[in-house]
Amino acid sequence: MEKKKTYIEDINRGIYDIKDEVNYSYKTDKGLTTEIIIEISKEKNEPQWMTDFRLKSLEIYNSKPMPEWGADITDLNVDEIIAYIRPNTEMKNKWEDVPEDIKNTFERLGLPQAERESLAGVGAQYDSEVVYHNIRQELVDQGVIYTDMETALRDYEDIVKEYFMKLVPPTDHKFAALHGAVWSGGSFVYVPKGVNVDIPLQSYFRMNAPGAGQFEHTLIILEENSMLHFIEGCSAPKYKVNNLHAGCVELFVKENSRLRYSTIENWSRNMYNLNTKRAVVDKNGVIEWVSGSFGSKVSMLYPMSILRGQGARSEFTGITFASSGQYLDTGTKVIHAAPYTRSTVNSKSISKDGGHAFYRGLLKVAKGAHHCKSTISCESLMLDNKSKSDTLPIIELDNDNIDIGHEAKIGRISDESIFYLMSRGISEEEAKAMIVRGFVEPITKELPLEYAVELNNLINIELEGSIG
Amino acid sequence: MKKKLLDIKNLKVNIEDQEILKGIDLEINPGEIHVIMGPNGGGKSTLAYTLMGHPRYEVTEGQILFDGEEIKDLSPDKRAKKGVFLSFQYPEEIPGVTVEEFLRTSKTAVSGEQQKLIPFKKLLKSKMEELEMKDEYASRYLNLGFSGGEKKKNEILQMSILEPKLSILDETDSGLDVDAIRIVAEDVNRLQNGNRSVLVITHYNKLLDYLKPDFVHILLDGKIVKSGGLELAEEIDKYGYEGIKAKFSRN
Repeated sequence: MEKKKTYIEDINRGIYDIKDEVNYSYKTDKGLTTEIIIEISKEKNEPQWMTDFRLKSLEIYNSKPMPEWGADITDLNVDEIIAYIRPNTEMKNKWEDVPEDIKNTFERLGLPQAERESLAGVGAQYDSEVVYHNIRQELVDQGVIYTDMETALRDYEDIVKEYFMKLVPPTDHKFAALHGAVWSGGSFVYVPKGVNVDIPLQSYFRMNAPGAGQFEHTLIILEENSMLHFIEGCSAPKYKVNNLHAGCVELFVKENSRLRYSTIENWSRNMYNLNTKRAVVDKNGVIEWVSGSFGSKVSMLYPMSILRGQGARSEFTGITFASSGQYLDTGTKVIHAAPYTRSTVNSKSISKDGGHAFYRGLLKVAKGAHHCKSTISCESLMLDNKSKSDTLPIIELDNDNIDIGHEAKIGRISDESIFYLMSRGISEEEAKAMIVRGFVEPITKELPLEYAVELNNLINIELEGSIG
Repeated sequence: MKKKLLDIKNLKVNIEDQEILKGIDLEINPGEIHVIMGPNGGGKSTLAYTLMGHPRYEVTEGQILFDGEEIKDLSPDKRAKKGVFLSFQYPEEIPGVTVEEFLRTSKTAVSGEQQKLIPFKKLLKSKMEELEMKDEYASRYLNLGFSGGEKKKNEILQMSILEPKLSILDETDSGLDVDAIRIVAEDVNRLQNGNRSVLVITHYNKLLDYLKPDFVHILLDGKIVKSGGLELAEEIDKYGYEGIKAKFSRN
């Protein structure tokens, strides 16, 4: 099979930019019509309620204006982006059965190795549908469900119907509506009461076709007293056509449960990443977000935690790295909707080579939510004079009985620090990389090991490219 | 005749177009300890930073030969590799980088040999013991939250790990208590015994109680106005810088 390596103007993203020959069994026409939505739903053999849901979402999508705040997305022509592409394969549960070119892609990304080494289950999404899914037998025995959304809709229809887009309704915003209309693929995890999944579950999303949108839906439900760590990784090779990712993540964390949701997004530089992630946390439950945004042309991503049970807790740890031609508008939203809830936000951003990193956060405390505590820390590092960084933390308080700590710092690498390290024989490039690695260290140590390594490599690659 | 380690001739240095050093001559041979004393603002730290190659200090005239080679156009990392070391008066804090990680990177760069994890740990531990530093410092972030004295000790730790040919100690004694000064001096003496040279820059002469300098120089208004032995330091003690200043301005 012929392989072509794309030409990369800015930095070498290595294996992430190797694309496969496009070979699809089914493609919708460009643009969105009622017929196309019905066609998608029919092709997937969906129940009528889902078809109706899609159509209703399309209606909402068409009625909503494009958002006028944040990133400039005028370059994005949604009608031009193919909504649904199914890879030329049926779902497989053995690695050997996955077609060779798709398998090569994942091999290059190190996925099977990762699974063998440490992961409990792997779901790999190639374009719109999940091609490979596996979960360890002991988890199955405990009643844990980990599968793709299509299978979940077929085999666990009642659960899906109860939760699907209840946390992020299509009315939320234009791209949530778009997602509701054309969603495809994604992961479904159900952890029964009292089950601790002690090894992380991982899914990997990859977009291969030019101009393809990816609208995967992730739905995770943790019943009472359970625990899970879910890792999501995303990448796409580079094409000339703009691509759109408008996924949706809905997390339900019930009483006394704890969910850690780690994401590394390393989309190619033509991607519009307009993703919606939300968690609702019941009494004494905990949601931990670990979020790394490195790729894409434009990102607008603000994972939201709704602390609706007394004593619920959220922790957000995020790192954003904006380089040349990138506008990354990221942050987090926390809603304290019950008393004695606590939240921590620790966000760091790096911008270089004309990149623009924008922190946008919301902290909202409801009227009856007394005795809440929130600590927010945002730090930005700009590596040169061309780059930009902004911080916009919005705080809305409906009662006074709350303890808030807020700290925001925007800075540059100090020349004195570079001189100090260089006086110890360390080159200027390495000195800068060292300072940047040190800056992100509190985040790095929260990441799964392979992503921590990836982040460090990325910092090295990016900095090598920037110092002449 | 011994080969000179450092040979500075007619060195003139500007900071932002203002002349700070106005023609310095200084020779240091291997194994010698030199002390530069002088009041604040006289150019002592400027000399230290210039020798290390800080980009803000512009050499407008003169030469800096190190081991017979002109180094005035070399970047600080290249000078470090040649064996120049500066113990900073105000060491930088580097969050997220541990003392051990930093020193291992530094030792690898300076020595040109990859420092293996376990042998390096041992080396670091033994050097820290000499300086009476607790083990935990190795895993702390570089200078972050260190007291003034801890930062200075950390500089000396770096010096004894890197084993430079020329150590420039910029006000290392300030911020140190008597015990710490003694410990630091012991380390400096150890280096000197290995035929390495030391340039001590100091405002007071606390450190001189424990070191036996070969030469003492007085730096005043960008020039070395007098060089001699330890008796010069005693003179300063007696008359103070004002007295010395008055003496030279009368000429």
